[in-house]
This record gives sequence, structure tokens and C-alpha cells, in this order.
Amino acid sequence: MSSAKTMLLVSVWRGTGTQGRYEAFEVPQEDNQTILDVVSWVQQNLDATLSYRFACRVGMCGSCAMMVNGKPRWTCRTHVGKVAENGRIDVAPLRNLPVIKDLATDMDPFFDKWVGAEGHFHPTRTRADPIEAINPESPSRKLADEGIECINCAVCFAACDTVTANSDYLGPAALNRAWTLLNDEKDGDRTGVLDAVSGSGGCHNCHSLGSCAAYCPNELSPITAIAGLKRETARSFFRKGR
Amino acid sequence: MIGLKLYMLQRLSAMVMAPLVLGHIAVMIYAIQGGLSAAEILGRTKGSIVWALFYGTFALAVSIHAAIGVRVILAETILKNRHALDGLTLAIGAGLAFMGLSAVYAVTAS
Ligand code: SF4
Ligand code: SF4
Ligand code: FES
Repeated sequence: MSSAKTMLLVSVWRGTGTQGRYEAFEVPQEDNQTILDVVSWVQQNLDATLSYRFACRVGMCGSCAMMVNGKPRWTCRTHVGKVAENGRIDVAPLRNLPVIKDLATDMDPFFDKWVGAEGHFHPTRTRADPIEAINPESPSRKLADEGIECINCAVCFAACDTVTANSDYLGPAALNRAWTLLNDEKDGDRTGVLDAVSGSGGCHNCHSLGSCAAYCPNELSPITAIAGLKRETARSFFRKGR
Repeated sequence: MIGLKLYMLQRLSAMVMAPLVLGHIAVMIYAIQGGLSAAEILGRTKGSIVWALFYGTFALAVSIHAAIGVRVILAETILKNRHALDGLTLAIGAGLAFMGLSAVYAVTAS
């Protein structure tokens, strides 16, 4: 072991609720090191009381998102080499969500908005019925497919300035989910979904600047989904005068 | 803090405004190039139903469009109270409509 390992200067947000401050740590730099590795190293070697959240470590579960040098990232798939600025890394809890402790945020507001956007499946058949055949090449299925790889990480939610400014706004992930349901031929409540995204916190509040799509780690485009929702709700407005 | 109805109102008022803005600019260029005096312009607008309708529609569309635009800015910056926001949106729209229509009346009433 060489004793002259390069050290990373890591600033980590510590605190509960609205109170807190950054605490500095030195972490040895490794090859192929992720931000989650850095945070875990601090917790395992320097301060066991550091709170943060992760599960899968491979970009599947969506639980490890944090602000890294001011930008929302999935930390288990974010390499230190890509984001460190002169060996410095700032890690903070995800923006636009209340902090529970240190790097762990309360995700309830995020998931409440999925419910608010009718972001759950509305079945039309029972388990006794035969499975409905869906053509994977149909235009609506293709549109739905573009948005279904969401891992609920809330990176887009943290990136969205409209979420910051308007606490009612459903946000990019919930609206993206509503759009996939609207294009899902098996979903039985089109009107319910359109109504849910048409309220005072609905899709019409999006300013279409696209931070959501720029930061989504799975390269989804909530901004495109929201444009689709605006189009479909406008159409239903003319059809039904709603 | 806008739902589908306000969104549609803002988009539709924009669609009404777009051709009227172009018409207005064309008229301005024509009036200035031709060297029309204020009196000559008033001579043409006074008593004209067409100009009253043209600028009346313009003033109303602007009032609706601007009131909703200002509402969004206020909602996202300093005014979080829903009722205050509704009241202020109406007041801004009504105020703009009153000023706009008064001006239209002044140049078109004979
Ligand atoms: S495009 Fe819309 S949803 Fe995406 S970040 Fe901007 S305001 Fe938020
Ligand atoms: S849309 Fe992308 S950024 Fe937003 S929650 Fe889903 S995976 Fe994360
Ligand atoms: S730990 Fe599961 S996505 Fe990062």
C-alpha cells in the first residue's frame, strides 16, 4: 500500500430538518470509485452516525439520489472522476424534499404526487380474464415504452425549478407516469388521468425548460411526456369543453 | 398555479393576439411612412366600427393574456395564497381591460 494516496476533500451535509451545516472529510481516492462509495467510506471509517439511503448499488432501485456538487445525481452510478472539481466533492440531500437527517430526505411529497397524478394502473379485467394482447409495435405502446424505465429516483424532481417555486406542482416524474398510463391500452381511466393532470398543480405549470430530461439518469424525457399531456388535455378541452 | 382552463385561455388569447399584433405593426409602419399626423389618424379611426373592433379585441386579448402571465410569476415568487392570487388576477385583467378599452373608445368614438 502506498502511503501517498490522493485524498478527496468531501463536504457532507449534516443535520436534521431545516438545521444543518457541511462537515469536511478526507477520503482516499480509488479507481472506479462512485459517490456512493465515498459516502459509504465516510460512514464506515470516519463517522458511523452519517445517515444516507441506498439499496441496489446498480442503478435499479432509485434510492441513492443526492445533490453532488450542486447537481442531482444517482450516486451509485456517478463516478467520482466525472464530477469531482479539483478533488473536491460536495454531497447534500436531494433538493425540493424535506430532510430527515443528513443525506436522507423524506420522499413522501414525491410519492404523494404520483398518487395525485393518478399514477397508478387502473385495471379493466380480473385475473380470471384472459390476458389482453398488446401489439408492441402500436404507436401508443411505443410512446408508453419511452417513459416506463423510471426508477423513482426523484432526480428530475430535485432538478425542477417549478417544483421549487410551486409546492402544488406534481412534478416531472409523476406527470411522466401519467403519460405512460394514458398511452397504455390496458389502462381503464383515461378521463381520470386527464383530470388529475389538469388541476392547479398539473402539467400546465411546466415551463418546458427541460432540467428534468437533462438530469434523468435513465435518459427519460419527462418534458416530452408533459408536452404530450398538454396536447391531450387541450384536445379533451375542445371535445368536452372541460 | 394554473389549471387547464387558465392555460387554454392564455393560449387562445395568444392566438387571437398574434394576427392583431402583425396588423398593428403593419398599420404603424404605414402611418409613419406615409407621414400621417395625429389628426389625420384620428380622422380615420373616429366613428370606425372596424378599428373599434380591431383594437377592442386586441385590448381584451391582451388583458386576459397578461393577467394570467402575471399570475404565474406572482404565484411562483411572492404570492402563495390562492384567493389573493385569484383576486389579483381578476383585478389585473379588469384594470388592463378598462385602460385598453378606454383608449380604444377615445380614438374610435365619434
Ligand atoms: S421541463 Fe417542466 S417538469 Fe421538466 S424541469 Fe422544467 S418545469 Fe420541471
Ligand atoms: S423520470 Fe428519470 S429522473 Fe425522474 S424519477 Fe424517473 S428515473 Fe428518476
Ligand atoms: S442504490 Fe439503487 S439506484 Fe443507486
